[in-house]
Amino acid sequence: MPLVLDIALTHLRHRKRQSLVSVLGVAMGVGFFIAMAALMQGFQSYFITKVIDVWPHVVMKDEFRTAPRQPAEVLFEAGALRLDGVKPRDELRGIRDARVALAEINRMPGVTAAPTLRGQVFLRYGTRDVSATMVGIDPERERTVSQLEKDLVAGNLNALYSAANGLILGEGVARKIGAEMGDTLTAISPAGVVLKMKVIGIFRTGITVIDNFETYTLLKKAQVLQGRPNVINQIRIRLADVKQARTIAGRLEARYGYRTESWEETYENILGIFVIQNGIMYSSVGAILIVAAFGIFNIISTVIHEKTRDIAILKSMGFAERDIRRIFLLEGLLVGIAGTLIGWALGQGLTRLLSVVRFNIEGFVTAQGFFLYYTINHYLIAGSFALVSSVFAAYLPARKAARLNPVEIIRGAA
Amino acid sequence: MSAVLEARGVSRVLSGAVPVTLVQDIDLHIERGEFIAITGPSGSGKSSLLYLLGLLDLPTRGVVRLEGQDTGRLDSEALAALRLAKLGFVFQFHFLLPEFSVLDNVLLPMRRLAARPEAGMRQRALALLEELGLTAKLANLPEQLSGGERQRVAIARALANEPLVILADEPTGNLDTRNGQIVFDIFRRLVRDNGQTVITVTHDPNLSRQARRQVHLVDGRLTNDALTPQTA
Repeated sequence: MPLVLDIALTHLRHRKRQSLVSVLGVAMGVGFFIAMAALMQGFQSYFITKVIDVWPHVVMKDEFRTAPRQPAEVLFEAGALRLDGVKPRDELRGIRDARVALAEINRMPGVTAAPTLRGQVFLRYGTRDVSATMVGIDPERERTVSQLEKDLVAGNLNALYSAANGLILGEGVARKIGAEMGDTLTAISPAGVVLKMKVIGIFRTGITVIDNFETYTLLKKAQVLQGRPNVINQIRIRLADVKQARTIAGRLEARYGYRTESWEETYENILGIFVIQNGIMYSSVGAILIVAAFGIFNIISTVIHEKTRDIAILKSMGFAERDIRRIFLLEGLLVGIAGTLIGWALGQGLTRLLSVVRFNIEGFVTAQGFFLYYTINHYLIAGSFALVSSVFAAYLPARKAARLNPVEIIRGAA
Repeated sequence: MSAVLEARGVSRVLSGAVPVTLVQDIDLHIERGEFIAITGPSGSGKSSLLYLLGLLDLPTRGVVRLEGQDTGRLDSEALAALRLAKLGFVFQFHFLLPEFSVLDNVLLPMRRLAARPEAGMRQRALALLEELGLTAKLANLPEQLSGGERQRVAIARALANEPLVILADEPTGNLDTRNGQIVFDIFRRLVRDNGQTVITVTHDPNLSRQARRQVHLVDGRLTNDALTPQTA
């Protein structure tokens, strides 16, 4: 064994309790990091896969990011006059030339598109009222852009074609209104149209906002209900490569002028929360490791304080400053390594423990337990952070030790 | 014969608000195989001179030469290397590493120097310890030894790398007369049998008389440097 390592190990071995506390401090940091990272990333990646699965990757809406300019503004570009109180012109909502746009988008490689009409409705069942979003779809084409069919817990998509006024409810909507399969309820639109509709399917995506507010019907029925025949106001698009969503959304918006959102944009607020979440996780785990680093700093400073005589004799014997520094850096490193190894085991154990915990949550998603994400990367990140902070914590006292003047100590000891 | 260790006009002043002069204008010429006692009243700079000669401290003025090499030009790394290979220290306090056994303490400088194979180091350590009558204590920790035994282990450690010069700072200060005499007997043997050079600081006239040459300091200045009159 190299001599400096031998000395470093001996120092730690003879201070068992202190060494153990330092090692455990590091282990805690590493372990908690691994468990929390598995938890956070597990939830986040579950949510994202779910969203990517359930939601169209890109949605084109019949909206514009900026309001169209008023005729007066267009006419008098540099006018010194100001016209107040000009009301916006009445415009027919809906995507114009949707048929052409759909055909064009569908021709793009790796892109499929389906038309929908999305609008608010009021559902009434007996004495209960629920407001919901009604999405009119073409089941054949909807299949190519979302996983609605897969998420059906009752009924099937084709029944929309056969039933007179078929309606598919989100699980939460069904629960709120108290309707079950086969029940007939009344749909009232803002246009004032009233339609009797029959529940022919219930779906559950696991994403709360969708399950609690969305309902689906045939595109034609939705157009009747909303009083907007032949109009669609959203094109739902699915991509072969979901990473392209942002680029393709941008391209489509530039081409057609309509507001086109990628799923990242639609869920921007939640993705933003994830960023904050990660920030909180990294800083709290970072704090644990910093505390652990203080522990290491403490033990090594103590060792050095107790070992000034040893340091003096080693230096007088012919150990160079480098050797002395190395001894104490090694001690920090050894604590870091031991802490990392134990922390890995601890992290492994904690995630196992979390994986068997069962409970019901209804937040962004509905689930019965934690989602955990295993990756070697968490172990590597935690380990390298722990090692770097251990060595750094050891460095300051080690440098001090290396600079000790043996003459002063020997004089003092005599 | 050329000097193994030489001091030329060596002064050491501690800087500070009030500068303190430890030693002043010391000229010394030490040859191989000499046994020198540095004597003087306490505070006269005996130890300071020893640390300067032992390359533990650097003079503020003057030159210390080891085997003709001007050590003032060397960095701390090079000085450490010289101490490791050519010098051996014994202090008043034994300075043994408390967690290491007697054998391991003696092995330390050899392992650092790494000039011979593992087995050779062990062999040499065992031989040294046997010579100093410590064979029975090899596996003991320093705290399990008597004061005299500890000091003998410290000597064995100082001798480990076969140094040219052994520098001892009041090596008998913590020992009773009998053990003090044992230490001096060892020194005499080193000089006589191995031709090594021993420089020891002592204030005990009974012991200093056993050195072949006595260097006397008063207030940091060398006042007397003479061979001990041979009585027996």
